[in-house]
Amino acid sequence: MNYSEKVMDHFTNPRNCKKMENPDGVGTVGNPTCGDLMTIYIKVDDDVITDISFQTFGCGAAIATSSMITEIAVGKTLDEALEISRNDVASELDGLPPVKMHCSNLAADGLKAAIENYHQTHQQN
Amino acid sequence: MYLDNSATTKINKEVLDEMLPYLKDEFGNPSTLYSIGRESKKALDNARQQIANSINAKSDEIIFTSGGTESDNLAIKGIAFKLQNRGKHIITSEIEHPAVKQSLYFLETLDFKVTYLPVYENGIIKIEDLKNAITPETILITIMHGNNEIGTLQPIEEIGKIAHENNIVFHTDAVQTFGKVEIDVEKQNIDLLSLSSHKINGPKGVGAIYIKKGLRLVPIIHGGGQERGIRSGTENVAGIVGFGKAAELACSNLSEHEEKLSKIRDEIIEKVLDKIPESYLNGDETHRLPNVINFRFKAIEGESLILMLDAKGYQASTGSACSSKTLEASPVLTALGLDPVDVHGSLRISLAPDSDNFDIDDFVNVISESVETLREMSPLWNQDTDYDEIMKRK
Ligand SMILES: Cc1ncc(COP(=O)(O)O)c(C=O)c1O
Repeated sequence: MNYSEKVMDHFTNPRNCKKMENPDGVGTVGNPTCGDLMTIYIKVDDDVITDISFQTFGCGAAIATSSMITEIAVGKTLDEALEISRNDVASELDGLPPVKMHCSNLAADGLKAAIENYHQTHQQN
Repeated sequence: MYLDNSATTKINKEVLDEMLPYLKDEFGNPSTLYSIGRESKKALDNARQQIANSINAKSDEIIFTSGGTESDNLAIKGIAFKLQNRGKHIITSEIEHPAVKQSLYFLETLDFKVTYLPVYENGIIKIEDLKNAITPETILITIMHGNNEIGTLQPIEEIGKIAHENNIVFHTDAVQTFGKVEIDVEKQNIDLLSLSSHKINGPKGVGAIYIKKGLRLVPIIHGGGQERGIRSGTENVAGIVGFGKAAELACSNLSEHEEKLSKIRDEIIEKVLDKIPESYLNGDETHRLPNVINFRFKAIEGESLILMLDAKGYQASTGSACSSKTLEASPVLTALGLDPVDVHGSLRISLAPDSDNFDIDDFVNVISESVETLREMSPLWNQDTDYDEIMKRK
């Protein structure tokens, strides 16, 4: 697989790779049968993502995109974070091999799922 | 350290030296009559004899091809077309190389019927299943000798015997076993055998097919009638010379290599299974090639593992979907009945005769550390994360 240096860097030194204790939102996407499963954890304060981490079962691209999105999303408001697309993640990594664009580029979906989960569990009353 | 010798091997220095003259001054066409052509012809004859000697065949039973893929295609299509008036049924196994499988898929589009024998958890067919699959229409049994992913060996001698009792042609793909374990076409009841040069420290793009004397098949490459009309095209003289030499070298020290490699193989297997929790060996424990190991590790994905091992200087391969061109998990590992998630966590290590001077303990440590690192990242590994719960939450 021809991965960019940035992908290899995030794969080799993943940022924020850990299970979060007491997250405000959790999102899991992918399917281990297909070889990728990703869980994104977020902490939210005043609609801003103050902490984010991930756990991923998957290929180099799956791990690198998970790591990258934690760097992109931290400090963003939830609305801004929802705007992050798969393509944004891939271009921040200087691109992904074409076959990986679809199957392993799940991080943006994972983040959306975590934000949705946050909204569901933190309904304002 | 290169540990992917089932994929391909490094060319042997002695082999290269034998080839070089035929890439330089000895450029003659073996079909021509003047001296330089005759030199090339002599070189072909010599290589043909070397291949024949290494499988207990006669030199006129060897046809050179462009490799294992072509030999498989020629054997299968050549017999199918030749014998189609007698019947259109072929028997094979579920774990054949794509060169065999795709040839059979092609024949299915021409109304041939194919039975794919299951291989069970150990990766080996059952003779009972074979006997039950035979019909009066069966013209060909094609079952590989040794598998390229898990290294399991099929009982080819017995398969050949049953084929002959039923007047059926027996082809075996011996690309992975040639030069690794003994092949004797007489003793093992083989009618057609596929060989490839680049798996035994020879050059790429050259191979051979053994065709038992008297057996006829329809050529698939038509042209100027080289190789007794069975495989037209000006011969790859340098490649064939290299293949002959590589075969001679690999087969002359066969039992010595076999013993040496089995020892390394068994040491790696023992140490990995001992050191790494939830690690398993794929394929039969004893009926396997001396140089191939296939593990699976729970809760990790193979491509990541390959990248990590590579970063630490070890090149190996995996059956994970994410590393394949088709993005399909290995059909071979799937045929063993493994959970698809576990198929992604496979690692193939394949040795060559020169893989004897590396630090096995370091290698096992590197695998162990890499697996541990990936498991720390994996949501499937944390004992306190319930996987079913994750899937429900989705
Ligand atoms: C079992 C088996 N058959 C056939 C082939 C194809 O051989 P070649 O690469 O020479 O075409 C291979 C090699 O990949 C193989 O492992």
